[in-house]
Amino acid sequence: MTTRLAYDGVVVCVPVTIPYRRYSVNSAHWWIGRALHELTLGAGIKPKDIDGLIVSSFTVGPDTAVGLTQHFGLTPRWLDHVPMGGASGVIGLRRAARAVQAGDAQFVACVAADTNHVDSFRKTLTSFSRFAQDAVYPYGSGGANASFALITKNYMNQYGATREDFGKLCVAQRDNALAIPFAMMKKKLTLDEYMKARSISDPLHLFDCVMPCAGAEAFLVCREETAKSLGLPAVRILSTIERHNAFPDDPVQYRGGWAMDTDELWQMAGVKPDDVDLLETYDDYPVIVTMQFEDLGFCKKGEGPDFIRGNTFTTDGTFPHNTSGGQLSVGQAGAAGGYLGITEAMRQLAGTPIGKPVRDAKLAVVSGFGMINYDRGLSSGAAVLARA
Amino acid sequence: MTAPLTRPKRKDPLKKTRQPLYPQSIRSRTAQGLTAAAAQGRFELQCCSDCKEIFYPPRDACPKCLSARVPFVPVDNRGTVLAETTIQTSTDPYFRERTPWRAGLTKLDAGPVVLSHLHGDVAEGARVRLDLKLDKGGAPVLIALPEKDTPNMADDPQLREMTCDPKFRRVLITDGRTAVGQAMAKAFSEAGANIVFVGIADPWKPFPGEDMLRKIEKVEIVPLDVTDSESCIEQAEQNGGRIDIVVNTAEHVRPGGVMQRHGLTVAREEMDVRYFGLMRLAQAFGPAMRSRGADGVNSAAAFVNLLSVHALMNWPAYGAYSAAEAACLSAAQCLRAELRPGGVKVVNVFFGPLETEWFQTVPPPKVAPSALAKAVVQALQRGVEDVFVGDIAEDIRARLAVNPKALEREIAG
Repeated sequence: MTTRLAYDGVVVCVPVTIPYRRYSVNSAHWWIGRALHELTLGAGIKPKDIDGLIVSSFTVGPDTAVGLTQHFGLTPRWLDHVPMGGASGVIGLRRAARAVQAGDAQFVACVAADTNHVDSFRKTLTSFSRFAQDAVYPYGSGGANASFALITKNYMNQYGATREDFGKLCVAQRDNALAIPFAMMKKKLTLDEYMKARSISDPLHLFDCVMPCAGAEAFLVCREETAKSLGLPAVRILSTIERHNAFPDDPVQYRGGWAMDTDELWQMAGVKPDDVDLLETYDDYPVIVTMQFEDLGFCKKGEGPDFIRGNTFTTDGTFPHNTSGGQLSVGQAGAAGGYLGITEAMRQLAGTPIGKPVRDAKLAVVSGFGMINYDRGLSSGAAVLARA
Repeated sequence: MTAPLTRPKRKDPLKKTRQPLYPQSIRSRTAQGLTAAAAQGRFELQCCSDCKEIFYPPRDACPKCLSARVPFVPVDNRGTVLAETTIQTSTDPYFRERTPWRAGLTKLDAGPVVLSHLHGDVAEGARVRLDLKLDKGGAPVLIALPEKDTPNMADDPQLREMTCDPKFRRVLITDGRTAVGQAMAKAFSEAGANIVFVGIADPWKPFPGEDMLRKIEKVEIVPLDVTDSESCIEQAEQNGGRIDIVVNTAEHVRPGGVMQRHGLTVAREEMDVRYFGLMRLAQAFGPAMRSRGADGVNSAAAFVNLLSVHALMNWPAYGAYSAAEAACLSAAQCLRAELRPGGVKVVNVFFGPLETEWFQTVPPPKVAPSALAKAVVQALQRGVEDVFVGDIAEDIRARLAVNPKALEREIAG
């Protein structure tokens, strides 16, 4: 029995996406500013109404959320900085929800944005973490690709997943992305093209990897009656989980923190995996998507490959998944990658999708994953969202 | 199976020399514990003094019990490769030039999982030995080597990036008149060096061992006097562009302390041969070596200093000599920093009293010139930076680590 408080009376609204660009000459601050501006316009509030702010960005340094308050002329009474990469979205959401629920803030603006200068990706890699500096980057400097190549190889060895299985996920996401105007990838992808793509770090090939880009994502967390008074379509939060450095003794990562907390996720939400209309996973690499299918309870551990073979994953097919195309097709705008699934799920549940709609979408699960500190991703989170 | 290296062809003088690059060498302060071990060829990881947990990457507290007593200690280096990958795309310019590059995760029998470079003869699932090396930038890295030695394994391109193997390289022995210089020439010839230049000051003057020296394969006698700046510059102009390893064998051993000697004549000579000699060689040969650190199979690789172990602690019976050696050690540390951007290692070889005429009155154990030469070649093949040769040198290293003050008192007699 969970003893955790439900998120009653709290909603998330105003999904904002600032269209992505491969490279940007603007700073992360510019992108955050665009997102905040859109958020206030979309909500019909003034900047001074924002009394809570939570920010995630790899490239905003040397600033943190504190410096941004002065930069943007905000005077919040609640402030947080969540440097948790792909887990930032879910974690930002649950932090903001509690702040609103407790009355510490009325409007929490949740923003994730990163810029991508010509050399900023390499620079982010070289100083990503102390363990990365001491024990990862000097070993070929393959970045996350090399680290996830090892995780992918191990998963394939353990559970018999094939490149075709992973390819099917990437191809389905590309199909979903074709209806998204700001997606970096605009051309249809065939399984044959996926299989024949050049090797990046064996067994990962070109289309297993996200494209780094610049962009911003944001949403607003407030009370349900506040959203209603502003006439904003909103989404309810049924439950959330968060975990860091789960299963430290697993020699190679084959499961994420979700596996520790998934029972509680479903129990708190009062729903079952079967009830879910769409799933937005964190898709830095398809092997991590597969682990989320398993660890969130959509199939058993090791059954990921069979689960992939049995579904289409397209918006209009069976088991709609990463319905805007995910980072693999839209692009990875740094920390905004952890927000992408949330804004997409919000739009689907509110019936205002940018791309193709998931039919009668009432219940969505969004999960996040981030921070490959040494040999594995450390942070995981998930949220069950429902149409209000 | 490692493909054996083929003897490099003569370089086209019109071709651009590839500029040296090196992998990112920034490390945390704690991770420098690995540097200390790698420099001397030891395999060490942190082990908690309280709960005995062995862990990696380097941390400032034990991840099992949070104790801060987490020294680096020698640990079992055997393990099994869990997963491997071949990196084809790298963001780092050094690796970009060297892809495909193999890396993998190894579960050590001692506990931790380590990401390391993989030797070409290592397959996924294989049993391996992990070794700590210094990479081109002088930073500590792990490499998984085959469980047992394989044919030509030193020729593996990834491993060779971390060693200074004399095979196919061109060596300069700076003084061939000494027993050590002659032993060195023989050892490098046998180690597969392409040319062994042996410096002789005033070559018209005969010297003991000359006939034997001239008979050694690959040896080429060249005029060189380390006490003469012009001689060093002339030799560098002649051959500096194709010298990959310098071994400074110039020696000046005289007994006597600081107060006991009369005047400074001997001390000046000591400093001229040893300290200024090192500077002259560094100035003449160093810049070309630094620019040739990535010049193919026979790239510039190492500058070897032979230092009395008494550079580390003065031995009053040879007190002024010890002081000159200490000056050389300090200069060598500077030279190491200056050559690092070129991927050229400075190897300091600390030896105890040698089995030569100048240590005639010193009781054994002493180091035979051939043993010193063998140790130098091995140090280069392993890629270590600091080597201690002989029982006296080992003894002084151990005592320095425990209590330098006790050593200072006891060595004074």
